[in-house]
Amino acid sequence: MVSPGTSVTDRVRALVAAHRGDRGALMPILHRIQAEFGYVDPGVVPVLAAELNISRADVHGVITFYTDFRSEPAGATVLKLCRAEACQSVGAEQLIAHAEQVLGIKVGQTTPDRSVTLEQVFCLGNCALGPAGQINEQVRGRLTRARLDALLTEAVGR
Amino acid sequence: MTTTVYVPRDSAARSLGADEVAAKLMETADRPIRIVRNGSHGMLWLEPLVEVVTERGRVGYGPVEPDAVAGLVAAGMLDGADHELCQGVVADLPWMRDQTRLCFTRVGVTDPLSPDDYLAHGGLTGLRRALSSDPADVVAEVTESGLRGRGGAGFPAGVKWKTVAGISGPLKFVCCNADEGDSGTFADRMLMEGDPFTLIEGMTIAAYAVGATEGYVYIRSEYPDAVRTMREAIGVAREQGWLGDDVLGSGLTFNLFVRVGAGAYICGEETAMLESLEGKRGMVRAKPPIPAITGLFGRPTVVNNVLTLASVPAILSGGAAAYQALGVERSRGTQVFQLAGNIARGGIFETAFGMTLQDLIQKYGGGTRSGRPIRAVQVGGPLGAYLPADGLDLPMEYEAFAAAGAMLGHGGVVVFDDTVDMAAMARFAMEFCAEESCGKCTPCRVGAVRGVEVIDKIRAGQDPDDNLALLGDLCELMTEGSLCAMGGLTPMPVRSALLHFADDFSPRGGGQR
Ligand SMILES: Cc1cc2nc3c(=O)[nH]c(=O)nc-3n(C[C@H](O)[C@H](O)[C@H](O)COP(=O)(O)O)c2cc1C
Ligand code: SF4
Ligand code: FES
Ligand code: FES
Repeated sequence: MVSPGTSVTDRVRALVAAHRGDRGALMPILHRIQAEFGYVDPGVVPVLAAELNISRADVHGVITFYTDFRSEPAGATVLKLCRAEACQSVGAEQLIAHAEQVLGIKVGQTTPDRSVTLEQVFCLGNCALGPAGQINEQVRGRLTRARLDALLTEAVGR
Repeated sequence: MTTTVYVPRDSAARSLGADEVAAKLMETADRPIRIVRNGSHGMLWLEPLVEVVTERGRVGYGPVEPDAVAGLVAAGMLDGADHELCQGVVADLPWMRDQTRLCFTRVGVTDPLSPDDYLAHGGLTGLRRALSSDPADVVAEVTESGLRGRGGAGFPAGVKWKTVAGISGPLKFVCCNADEGDSGTFADRMLMEGDPFTLIEGMTIAAYAVGATEGYVYIRSEYPDAVRTMREAIGVAREQGWLGDDVLGSGLTFNLFVRVGAGAYICGEETAMLESLEGKRGMVRAKPPIPAITGLFGRPTVVNNVLTLASVPAILSGGAAAYQALGVERSRGTQVFQLAGNIARGGIFETAFGMTLQDLIQKYGGGTRSGRPIRAVQVGGPLGAYLPADGLDLPMEYEAFAAAGAMLGHGGVVVFDDTVDMAAMARFAMEFCAEESCGKCTPCRVGAVRGVEVIDKIRAGQDPDDNLALLGDLCELMTEGSLCAMGGLTPMPVRSALLHFADDFSPRGGGQR
């Protein structure tokens, strides 16, 4: 575990300060940290614990409970493909197999050049226009293999 | 003269290029235009649906791909000219005309963030009426309307409110459950993106009725557009004096905040959601105590789904009797049904309870998107039952579904054609439970993992009789021994698949490909 530099520590303290008046502030703070750094470095755990006056185990427990919080940076482009029932009914599993093949990685992995992280997600609320996916937070619908390839090319330039 | 054109900002429309369509329109328009980014009307198969304001009304064109915009403009779209993509006047389309829109009355019609639009289309009528009545009368009105929770369990909203109102205390909360994790559901999202003030109004009425001063909308992180729109709407509402320390000059204090989930289905369960709002792991709490008495930070708390709360303004403005007059049996009012999956015309259909599932899917949904026969329909999300094609003549109503061993849930309808492998879907139900279990109790945490293994063995033809019996026992154990409905209801899709699609569980099974 690397301890974050002073600047990171200062930044985390500033984020905590910004949420001082919030009830149950840990989740909003973690979202802010992830938005700013792209992941939640395990080194921020003791800082958060001290600032919020809760145990390190509690902070760690929260970070690991939620799939959104990453312990290391993702690839430059994050592709999430929906695997829930409605998207399965229109070929989500085949689309995921295609993405795995094109990217040469499995769901949950990042390409060796760190350009793309491929993840599964359970429903994006676009269930009438499946298969659905999300590329860098932008939802996409009625994905076909060709459309997915085109969107990836656009996002990554690969 | 400037022509007004509507291009939805709803994320379903954006998922098919609505932003690019709006940009192309700006570029290619042959006259001054004003683009309004409205919510979606819910005819999602027509998205992006562009509407042009004409003397006849709002004429719709869809689905419009960005590349088609220039051609449409050249063909006279901005005059409402005929075209193969022209759908006619949107409000007159049978899909729209046949609905009874109370909750979704403004969605698609207005600019979601325009307070003027909101007022011009009947906004705040319910809140004003509430504020001029006694809080107890507001609770009574909601009780008399027959409104039941739209989040899945169908608990009477008025009863819950009465409990919270009955406890005196300096701090009470109203929490809106906008976690909407069920596959096949998107009505909460569309309401928040398309008419956020209605949710704000409903929550404010709830706060007044029960004596709460603070509220939270817990939105799943998979909905970044809804998060943005709700936050902006709350800002606008504060500026307008619709929220804050003196709501509409009534002296009511109600402050509202958005909180974002972090990718955990279980946080849709109300006590797990409260834990998450408190900044903790989303572990389910044992009940009792119920949240109405010991809720957020131990305070009395109303927890209601988005659609429950967004139905309240219409109940207050139109009166309990009018709402109660809609629907059947103990399912009163309207429900916002969502047609999803392999469906030709997917989207939102708000109608009184009681329409049959068959009508909804065939008459409005137009059958499958693939054009193949329907084989199975899952209603009520991942914990809901799979119904066979010959079992769809079922009224959309809580008790009728329960009697059929199914669940209406949040009103999501997911259609599958005849290529579906129901043993794979049963396996997925267990896999999903294993993935999303909060881990607090053994039947759910361990049972779901075992369930996946056992179904794999059955599909591989290993001791099928013994393993089918074992699967039955596992389902029984999960149903009986789980703390919450995650573990308790996962057997519902599994058992319904076994019951109606037994052939798929033999090694040679796997759909009628
Ligand atoms: C596993 C699980 C997930 C749930 N997910 C949601 C959800 O996403 N949204 C929701 O409103 N209710 C959900 N519920 C139901 C809530 O626990 C609760 O009943 C509801 O929020 C109460 O509001 P209502 O009475 O207005 O429906 C879920 C329940 C369980 C057991
Ligand atoms: S049934 Fe599952 S999700 Fe519910 S409390 Fe038990 S372990 Fe948690
Ligand atoms: S099931 Fe894929 S978006 Fe809802
Ligand atoms: S409640 Fe005790 S094992 Fe689930």
